[in-house]
Amino acid sequence: MDNTLKLESTIEEKQYIVVNIGVEQYGIDIGYVDNIVRMQKITRVPKSQKYFHGVINLRGEIIPVMSLRKRFGLEGDIFTDKTRIIILKPEQQEPIGIIVDVVKEVVTLGSGEIDKVPSDGRDDIAKYICGVGKNNGGLISILNIGNVIGDNQQ
Amino acid sequence: MDVSQYLEIFIDETKEHLQSLNEQLLVIEKEPENTDTINEIFRAAHSLKGMAGTMGYKRMQKLTHQMENVFSEIRNGAKKVDANIVDVLFQCLDALEEYLACIQETADEGDNDNEPILKQLETILNGSAPKAQAEVSKETAKESQKVETEEAKEKYKDFVYADFERHAITEAFDKGINVYTITVFVDENCLLKAARAFLVFKSVEGVGEIIKSNPSAQDIEDEKFEFDFSICVVSKESLETVLTVIKNVSEIADAIGEKLESIPGDGKTEDSENKEILPAEDEKKPAAAAAKAAPAKSQTSKPIVNRSVRVDIEKLDVLMNLVSELIIAKNGLVSQSSSEEISQSQAFNEQIEYLERVTTNLHESVMKVRMMPIETVTQKFPRMIRDLSKKLNKKMELYMTGEDTELDRTVIDEIGDPLMHLLRNSADHGLESGEIRVRRGKPEVGTVCLDAYQDGNNVVIEVRDDGNGIDVEAVKNKALDKGSITPEQAAAMSDKEIIDLLFKPSFSTAKVVSDISGRGVGLDVVKTKIEALGGDIEVKTELGVGSTFIIRLPLTLAIIQALMVELGDEKYAISLGSIQIIEDIPVSDIKYVQTKEVVNLRGNVIPIIRLDEVLDIESSDEEESLTVVIVKKGDRLAGLVVDKLIGQQEIVIKSLGKYISNSKIINGATILGDGEVALILDVNTLL
Repeated sequence: MDNTLKLESTIEEKQYIVVNIGVEQYGIDIGYVDNIVRMQKITRVPKSQKYFHGVINLRGEIIPVMSLRKRFGLEGDIFTDKTRIIILKPEQQEPIGIIVDVVKEVVTLGSGEIDKVPSDGRDDIAKYICGVGKNNGGLISILNIGNVIGDNQQ
Repeated sequence: MDVSQYLEIFIDETKEHLQSLNEQLLVIEKEPENTDTINEIFRAAHSLKGMAGTMGYKRMQKLTHQMENVFSEIRNGAKKVDANIVDVLFQCLDALEEYLACIQETADEGDNDNEPILKQLETILNGSAPKAQAEVSKETAKESQKVETEEAKEKYKDFVYADFERHAITEAFDKGINVYTITVFVDENCLLKAARAFLVFKSVEGVGEIIKSNPSAQDIEDEKFEFDFSICVVSKESLETVLTVIKNVSEIADAIGEKLESIPGDGKTEDSENKEILPAEDEKKPAAAAAKAAPAKSQTSKPIVNRSVRVDIEKLDVLMNLVSELIIAKNGLVSQSSSEEISQSQAFNEQIEYLERVTTNLHESVMKVRMMPIETVTQKFPRMIRDLSKKLNKKMELYMTGEDTELDRTVIDEIGDPLMHLLRNSADHGLESGEIRVRRGKPEVGTVCLDAYQDGNNVVIEVRDDGNGIDVEAVKNKALDKGSITPEQAAAMSDKEIIDLLFKPSFSTAKVVSDISGRGVGLDVVKTKIEALGGDIEVKTELGVGSTFIIRLPLTLAIIQALMVELGDEKYAISLGSIQIIEDIPVSDIKYVQTKEVVNLRGNVIPIIRLDEVLDIESSDEEESLTVVIVKKGDRLAGLVVDKLIGQQEIVIKSLGKYISNSKIINGATILGDGEVALILDVNTLL
């Protein structure tokens, strides 16, 4: 009995990697994250979707890299030494990289700490967000990874 | 002994036999007197029957048995091959294929008895008067033979019983259960006697219990017996029932037996004497049998079998991936050796070169292992065209060349359907009906050709017909009707663009939808499939003369030799197979035709493609001369303008994945020696 109770309470909590894009904080479910790598040379792929930066070589594998900034309709990336590529590996899909400005920390959020956002659809970014979490007074927008990497735009 | 372990072999061999039957029937349809072929067919049918029987597939066996009877009549000259017979026989083959498909899926033959076909076969058999006579004479011959051997046949009388067996028999007597002694005769042409005996044992066990066999069960399993063996059975059923059960097993010539009233052997203490006589008798038989078997054997001599190992394709994929990794590592080493001063020693370079040679050879060997001749898919086409010809009531001939052209196994698996589609298309839409052909002054028999050949790093497959060709106006009108294009668009479109409409989904110009083609799910599926294989398809057509569909497939899906070029600060790879020549062309030589840049190179007017524009690269300053890579696709040429040539390299093609789309000009990517990613240009889409 004790065990099941414990299990149930842990299911409620999830770990998120908190990243910065511009001034905003975003959270990525750690279950999707395969790897975090430093910025490296990205080979541009002509005629691809605008939000794709190109492809990189990660230990012999070709991985497409997407710019979250461009995906969100923000102005172009400025690469600093804090820029990272987060390699996401969704279940039964190929890996994909997303560029973020800064990787800050890993936080644990209970489902009670995440508020659903009304999807009014007016905001371009809204469909990529599945909730807003509160942590130490700051707000973290939780990314809807399925929509971010899905080809539902353009 | 369990037959299931032979299932794979059975399926493979049955496929082979069916294929050979299909081919031979096509031959015999044209040359009804060809005795070699008739013999060949007879043998194939016979082996099929035997195999099906061994595996216990009764329906299949029944059908093949009837087929064999027909073939045997034909072989004896009692029956002439005519269109009707061939048709029925083809139906038989189809039915057999159905059985086989069923067996493949469920290990069971299904419950379709195919009665109509059996009836038709019977009609053919009965329809011939001379045949009946032959049968009778054969029967009588058999009869007389039987009488002769009757004496020697009653071998079951020679049983020697051990104590415990006697005990079992006594027990059976006490319980009022019948005890029979039976001798079973296996057909002398039977190839798998042990299997037959096993089946006999199995079926007898269904009605009773075997308490003794002569030779012993072990010897029978090891095939240590001639064409007969005896068993002692305890059963509640009548002797007739037991005998019928045994005779129902295929290739069992006969079974005779009697009911045991008392325990023999009590009085038969002189067994040993009997035993000595037995071998003497036995020796005579094998001699005769051997004499008979020898010619039979030489007849059934199979085509020379390749010495081969069956390997799971996945294992080959793993091997291929490993080779790819090795080549990437080697490329890394090569680029290191050229960049670092320390490694400039002679010996090091020699070793690197050696490594390069070995990896290249290794790659080629692995590729070859994965290659299969295209024949494996094309061999079923002649039969298909024959059927289409009957169905459509058009006379046509299929000519195939280059069936030995080899392609990667994965491509072979996928290419069958598209090719079939194209052939059906040619037969149905392409070729005109006989009267029209005659009126147009063409030979009445239409021609469909399938040519395969290698062209650089591509394999080209052409499906050609001498039919009507594609009516561009009809296509245009159809597209207008459907609203796929506007009248303005239609006016501006070139013929080629209009023909390309045929590859759009749901587009069919056939006026009548038939079950052969014309549902509009054809060409677009073909195109998608071929593009998925990294190939492309184009059409050449001339109204009233015919059309040609040209499929171009990459020879290998994984590793190619490529020319590395630089554009701006980006690197691209161009497959060496499509490169004709590299030229330095002065800017002043570039001319304009219809506002497009061309260059006249030794009499060839070649369009110039500015890669920097195509690939959205900021163009560098115009120089006095351009480096132009002349590439070809079929007989078309184009000049690709590049900034700089880097050199030739063996590259491993990696997919860009599913996320990035819209870039058909990019074929994939490759990892260079320094870890950088370079993209591979698909020349075919540029042209």
